Amino acid sequence: MRSTDKNVTQSITQVIAASSLGTLIEWYDFYIFGSLAVVIGQQLFPSDAGASALINTLAIFAAGFIVRPFGALVFGRLGDLIGRKYTFLLTLVLMGGSTFLIGLIPSYSSIGYAAPILVLILRLVQGLALGGEYGGAATYVAEHAPVGKRGFFTSWIQTTATLGLFLSLGVIVLTKNLLGADKFADWGWRIPFLVSILLVGVSIYIRMKMHESPVFTKLKAEGKVSANPLKESFQKKANFKMVLLALFGATMGQGVVWYTGQFYAQSFLENTCKLDFNESRYILLWAILFATPFFVIFGSWSDKVGRKWIMLTGMLLGVICYRPIYQYFIDATNVKEFQKTQLKTASQPEVERGLVKGKLDSLITTTVSKTLENGMTFKESHVVIIPEDVLAPMPEPQVVIKDVTLSGSGYIMIIFLVFFQVVLVTMVYGPIAAFLVELFPTQIRYTSMSLPYHIGNGVFGGLVPFIATLVASFPGSTPLSGLWYPIGIAALSFIIGAVYIDNRLDNNVMD
Amino acid sequence: MNSLKKILGVVWMILGPVIILFLFLQAADKIAHSAEGIARTNTTLQWSIIILIFIPICAGLVTFGYYAMKGEYEHLPESSSEL
Repeated sequence: MRSTDKNVTQSITQVIAASSLGTLIEWYDFYIFGSLAVVIGQQLFPSDAGASALINTLAIFAAGFIVRPFGALVFGRLGDLIGRKYTFLLTLVLMGGSTFLIGLIPSYSSIGYAAPILVLILRLVQGLALGGEYGGAATYVAEHAPVGKRGFFTSWIQTTATLGLFLSLGVIVLTKNLLGADKFADWGWRIPFLVSILLVGVSIYIRMKMHESPVFTKLKAEGKVSANPLKESFQKKANFKMVLLALFGATMGQGVVWYTGQFYAQSFLENTCKLDFNESRYILLWAILFATPFFVIFGSWSDKVGRKWIMLTGMLLGVICYRPIYQYFIDATNVKEFQKTQLKTASQPEVERGLVKGKLDSLITTTVSKTLENGMTFKESHVVIIPEDVLAPMPEPQVVIKDVTLSGSGYIMIIFLVFFQVVLVTMVYGPIAAFLVELFPTQIRYTSMSLPYHIGNGVFGGLVPFIATLVASFPGSTPLSGLWYPIGIAALSFIIGAVYIDNRLDNNVMD
Repeated sequence: MNSLKKILGVVWMILGPVIILFLFLQAADKIAHSAEGIARTNTTLQWSIIILIFIPICAGLVTFGYYAMKGEYEHLPESSSEL
């Protein structure tokens, strides 16, 4: 390699490292709240339902998808006005600071309603910061990347969302195992929030040493920086039509595939298939671990064959495969059916007596741990309610299955199927940063690309759990009905993308 | 292909209002069927947010359809000078 090439490579490596590390930490910060929502709810919210339930809903709902597009507008505008480097430094400080402060908020028993209100405010800041971070990092890396390798270099940024989820799950599982469940629920949950400040500190130090994007520096030197990036992005028809195309033809489908593969899969295994808490998380961790390199593979490949068909193939495979995959999840965990022919052992019944919450009806729960011939284990509880009024009719006993663990082959197959879904995520997500960067001019790139990305990812993707649950509640629905939302959106985005998007690679992002 | 782009443009223009109407109907149904008290307030809040968020997105879909119908996507810009 010639020395100049080597210098360029080193410089780009530093750019990628600085940008990716910051973005990784931002995603980590963002995810730990979601992963610890139940524990946080117990500590920072009162136990009785009331105004806190509303605040809790808002805190989880708001930062998840409402605030991110606004963050994209605010920080996108700043990024096009004052530069990429300082803007994504600011988003990092805001995200890291809010995460650290969530770890310091006194419990509800100490400061009352101030606790949930502080959580809400800090979550809003987190959402805004995340909305500004991605566009900055992707733009910064793309504007440093040499021609023909933009997909490869920006794909490193794309890995960070998945790795942030991986890191958050890992830190939480590690802290919980080291401290024990009781200490973790009491104060240990604060540790993942507090340690993030160290990571943020390191990341800020590294980013401070980086230079502004050469493309933006040139633009500034020539006095061509946009005076009003928002107006130019959304009021100028020629540019606005590309914003709409990016949203409906790419990011909308990418968002639902992303959330289905990484979040809905785990939630489905845990809530519908009743898989054990740790088992469902380990499945996701393994799947993410094996699938993450594919971000770079598809990003790099997109430099050769174009971005469009890789992204659209990911969406199409999702449309075709989601239902069979989730049907397999149901079949492979159907212990009610398996035990009819494969029951090997059953433990002595454990009986718990208590009262139905908020009533004087008696509650008797009898739990038996069972093992099947194929190696699967699960707990089966029979729940009987005895009404306080002796003359009232006795409700039918309910059978509740929980804590299912899989057989060896079932475990590997489900890891493979979640892995496959994450590979689809890498297909739609790996090339998309380069695709978006190439779609818009330097002057308004940060603003123009951030909004469709965050509407697609935050709104369409973020709504997957809510709308899937809603669809599953329709009369006549099945556990698979919720999948119609991601399938429908991905199909729509596929059609729009296939018909309207160009597969052309734009070699010049200096314009 | 250009004819298909235009024809589909009409579909997107129709789809926008249809989605909003569907969301309003669903919101009314789900709010009416939720338990009284905080659960109903929560459901109302969630649906209000969703409808407020989706109104501009569906307006965007209609605009996209309009541009498509007018042939705006027959040629995509090849450099920033076209934007």
